[in-house]
Amino acid sequence: MADIFQSIAPRPAPVRTEGFVPWVKRNLFADWKNGVTTVLLVALALYMMPGLGQWGLMQAVFAPDPNACQAARGTGACWGVIAEKWRVIIFGRYPYEQHWRPEIATVLMVAALIASCVRWFWKPWLAVMWVAVLAIFFGLMGGGVLGLQPVRTDLWGGLPLTVMLATLSIFLAFPLAVGVALGRRSKLPAIRTVCVVYIELIRGVPLISVLFMASFMFPLFMPQGMSIDVLVRVLVGITLFAAAYMAEIVRGGLQAIPKGQLEAADTLGLSYWQTQRKIVLPQALAMVVPSMMNNFISIFKDTSLVTIVSLYELTGALSLALNSDVEWRPFKIEAYLFITAIYFAFCFAMSRYSLWVEKQVSAAKSR
Amino acid sequence: MSDAIIQFEKVNKWYGNAFHVLRDIDLTVARGERIVICGPSGSGKSTLIRCINALEEYQQGRITVDGTVLTDDVKAIEAVRKQVGMVFQQFNLFPHLTVMENLTLAPMWVGHLPKAEAEERAMQQLQRVQIPEQAQKYPLQLSGGQQQRVAIARALCLTPKIMLFDEPTSALDPEMIKEVLDVISELASQGMTMLCVTHEMGFAKAVADRVILMDQGQIVEQNSPHEFFNNPRSERTKDFLSKILGH
Repeated sequence: MADIFQSIAPRPAPVRTEGFVPWVKRNLFADWKNGVTTVLLVALALYMMPGLGQWGLMQAVFAPDPNACQAARGTGACWGVIAEKWRVIIFGRYPYEQHWRPEIATVLMVAALIASCVRWFWKPWLAVMWVAVLAIFFGLMGGGVLGLQPVRTDLWGGLPLTVMLATLSIFLAFPLAVGVALGRRSKLPAIRTVCVVYIELIRGVPLISVLFMASFMFPLFMPQGMSIDVLVRVLVGITLFAAAYMAEIVRGGLQAIPKGQLEAADTLGLSYWQTQRKIVLPQALAMVVPSMMNNFISIFKDTSLVTIVSLYELTGALSLALNSDVEWRPFKIEAYLFITAIYFAFCFAMSRYSLWVEKQVSAAKSR
Repeated sequence: MSDAIIQFEKVNKWYGNAFHVLRDIDLTVARGERIVICGPSGSGKSTLIRCINALEEYQQGRITVDGTVLTDDVKAIEAVRKQVGMVFQQFNLFPHLTVMENLTLAPMWVGHLPKAEAEERAMQQLQRVQIPEQAQKYPLQLSGGQQQRVAIARALCLTPKIMLFDEPTSALDPEMIKEVLDVISELASQGMTMLCVTHEMGFAKAVADRVILMDQGQIVEQNSPHEFFNNPRSERTKDFLSKILGH
């Protein structure tokens, strides 16, 4: 007798594959080699934990007392150095009694950054808000308005400088990078050449030499009596540097767009700019979110190089705070751990945000 | 032939210096005429129809589309593209936009229609291709046949006078070919001028006014479907038909 097709209803999988125990079994004790590795690593962690605890907590000195720290040297951490020096580390050479100004300015800028990450805030007034935030930031930092005492830009330092340099150079470099990436693929030879020369020139030198040029060489070429603030020169340097790398990332995305997309846009009568804006860039940029965020994180950390031109951002301010102080100089490690935590907080937040953006982007595409 | 809407006069095209892809093409398409173009791969059939909306440029001869001579002048190309809709083998829908956004993009940005009007027009076209319920989905959520119907609707939203189909069913699963051909036949019955590159000979017999066989960049034979299939004149045509109808 011939079998007639009978539809089979879907059944659940026989083995439970979710939950804690199956996860541990699958990932930590899949076979004997895997199990031994897990046990060894856990043992190593347990072995090191007491020592770390002793150094970091039990034997550590928390009070800003150099004599106690000296006594505990070698056995316990001296967190007192942070209690003592945190204001100089965070705000650099900024006048001590005016520290409330960079404090407010930084909190405001970071708040604006966080707000800009939230989809709900992506409205036209976000741009207006940024103009206001930047005006307040520079007003507070520089002074000279509303009776605030003027503070020269070479005295700005620490975290406010790090955050401001990173934010502004990323914001400025991004559109420049998109323009250069499009230019490099342009049909017009003059534009293409300019873009290629710019990218290759910048990629050929280290950031330090770009900063050095911006800071020391550039003023030599300026007409007498004319000078541009060192902060602006450094900002332009970082921006130009970052944009060259970002442009290549964007170009990678542009190249991944199938030719058919452009042909479809052509047949619909869209102009070059409409095609780029509506069809090409949304897809290309979505593809390069991970490498782009990688680059943003790099820029954030690269701002520490501005120390070379005597601008004391977070890392520079740390050296400034400890190098000149014989009593506290031995406890640099603890101070470095402190700024490490600050850098990590920012970079980790960026990295997590990037994952969220990726998820949003792929959600729009396939579901 | 006073009512010609497309005219090729001694058109020649080369890819690079060596590959002569279109050779002395003379072709006149009357308003409302439905033409099916077939031929082996590399014969220049896709290139021929891609010349009509300037996706490809040609080096010699003259192409006139609805009174406009196609040159490399941007204005001429713009004018022609307004009259010509195109459907591709690979659909080429914009994957980051919903079906509705795919359909309203050009009417709003090129045709400067207000959003509400563009959406109304898009809905009409989606009804015409029988998938109005998919308007808010993204292209990759649809089947191949549905995607191709969306692509047809997208081209129709610009109210073209001429439709070009470049192997519209070649990338589809066999079960979906019919739904797309039905939509194209429906369009044909409403008097649209169309040129369709396809190997669906059943479709050619049912819909075309004229069937053209191309080989090596030349038009080998052109005739009404009845004559083309029953009384092919050239050996090349007989050979081609025996291969595609042979089993």
